[in-house]
Amino acid sequence: MTTMIHVENVAKEFTLHNQGGVRLPVFGNVNFTVSAGEALVLAGASGAGKSSLLRILYGNYRPTSGSIAITHGGRPIDIVSAVPRTVLDIRRRTLGFVSQFLRVIPRVSALDIVRDPLLARGASPEEASERARTMLARLNLPQRLWDLAPATFSGGEQQRVNIARSFVDPSPIMLIDEPTASLDANNRNVVVKLIAEAREQGSAIVGIFHDEAVREAVATRYLDITDFRKAA
Amino acid sequence: MTLHVPPPETVLDPQPLLSVAKVSRFYGERIGCADVSFDLWPGEVLGIVGESGSGKSTLLRCLAGIDKPDQGEVLFRGGAEPLDIYSVAEQERRRLMRTAWGIVHQNPRDGLRMDVSAGGNVGERLMDNGARHYGRIRETALDWLQRVEIAGNRIDDRPRQFSGGMQQRLQIARVLVSEPKLVFMDEPTGGLDVSVQARLLDLLRVLVRDLGLAAIIVTHDLAVARLLTDRLMVMKDGRVVEQGLTDQVLDDPHHAYTQLLTSAVLTV
Repeated sequence: MTTMIHVENVAKEFTLHNQGGVRLPVFGNVNFTVSAGEALVLAGASGAGKSSLLRILYGNYRPTSGSIAITHGGRPIDIVSAVPRTVLDIRRRTLGFVSQFLRVIPRVSALDIVRDPLLARGASPEEASERARTMLARLNLPQRLWDLAPATFSGGEQQRVNIARSFVDPSPIMLIDEPTASLDANNRNVVVKLIAEAREQGSAIVGIFHDEAVREAVATRYLDITDFRKAA
Repeated sequence: MTLHVPPPETVLDPQPLLSVAKVSRFYGERIGCADVSFDLWPGEVLGIVGESGSGKSTLLRCLAGIDKPDQGEVLFRGGAEPLDIYSVAEQERRRLMRTAWGIVHQNPRDGLRMDVSAGGNVGERLMDNGARHYGRIRETALDWLQRVEIAGNRIDDRPRQFSGGMQQRLQIARVLVSEPKLVFMDEPTGGLDVSVQARLLDLLRVLVRDLGLAAIIVTHDLAVARLLTDRLMVMKDGRVVEQGLTDQVLDDPHHAYTQLLTSAVLTV
């Protein structure tokens, strides 16, 4: 199977310059690979650095050392040392990040937020709108909300808009951080199904899920990062 | 659901649009900005952040051809040949600034002609670039007023009859109508109410993306930087102390000063 992520000797340490230069080691000597069609679930106690690791894979946090090869357009590129525009291109075409929170942009409607990734990848406006509507309906977002900006939506509604945006056109690699935190059982099951569909169609998934049932339903493999913490 | 729609091949342009090498500007003993180097690629939006007096506006003036740096060079690749903007004749530089570049000033009064109608303000830029057909100029001006959400029936009103937010939107129309390749903005949302800012920011975000503009935006507002920019340079005492992808710099700041800036932001 195609290797999509190859992590080699990654270490992360935060230095808080304005708090007496305190150094906070998070983990060290992190090594693993993820292939297409796999769902790797990160395990470890709260504070073990699961979210930090996910952000490092996305090129959001910068590791103190190590490299992360992301298979982008058929060839590996180290996202750690890549220049900004290459990182942005990797994110646009290969690497999706699903967080718990929607970054609301003033005046942009839920439908526009969801169809945006399709437009960015060159879909026609009609096709993009159609697929966005299908996705919002699957996630049970009331139709009367579709044309409104989500600033006034509830937390759960915003979260579903965010999930719809992420899964309307799943990326070859999906990084998922607690997507079901404030969803009811029904919508949680929809999300589990969306993740499974993306994986079956070839996406490589790396995720963090606190809900044990969700974790069990999604994972094809676990990675306990507690061991990497000791190496920090 | 179809997975992996083949994405359009992204053409990574082989050449930067703007190459800045070791630019410095001194005011007597005092440093305005020192030793700034970077490349800007077509379609990229670069933010320059820092507090008042950090040198970000001085740097912008050097980059935009307004204020000659004491050292360093600014190379622009808009045409066939790369152009060192401070080694060409004044006339050539002015032509470049009118056609290939645009400058959005913080105060709309600095970018607008206050005694000329809104339509005239937009149309003037077209005439600068050689347009002569009155009907077509007015039609284009009208189109641009609508794109920046100014009602068409205000086309003959003068900017002084507009609110601050409208004046700023008019200035943006005046700058973008000539389809510049590179736009410089100095605190484009400064001095506006928060609600007016939100509208302007959304407008800028959409225009920059739709037109594929390269832009350099000076701001002290990190939320503005996060919304509009791809890359960030953090300045302190005239020097760049940290740079990188905008979300990297804001979410995982490494320099002491950047950590101070990002931790000083109040979240609402």
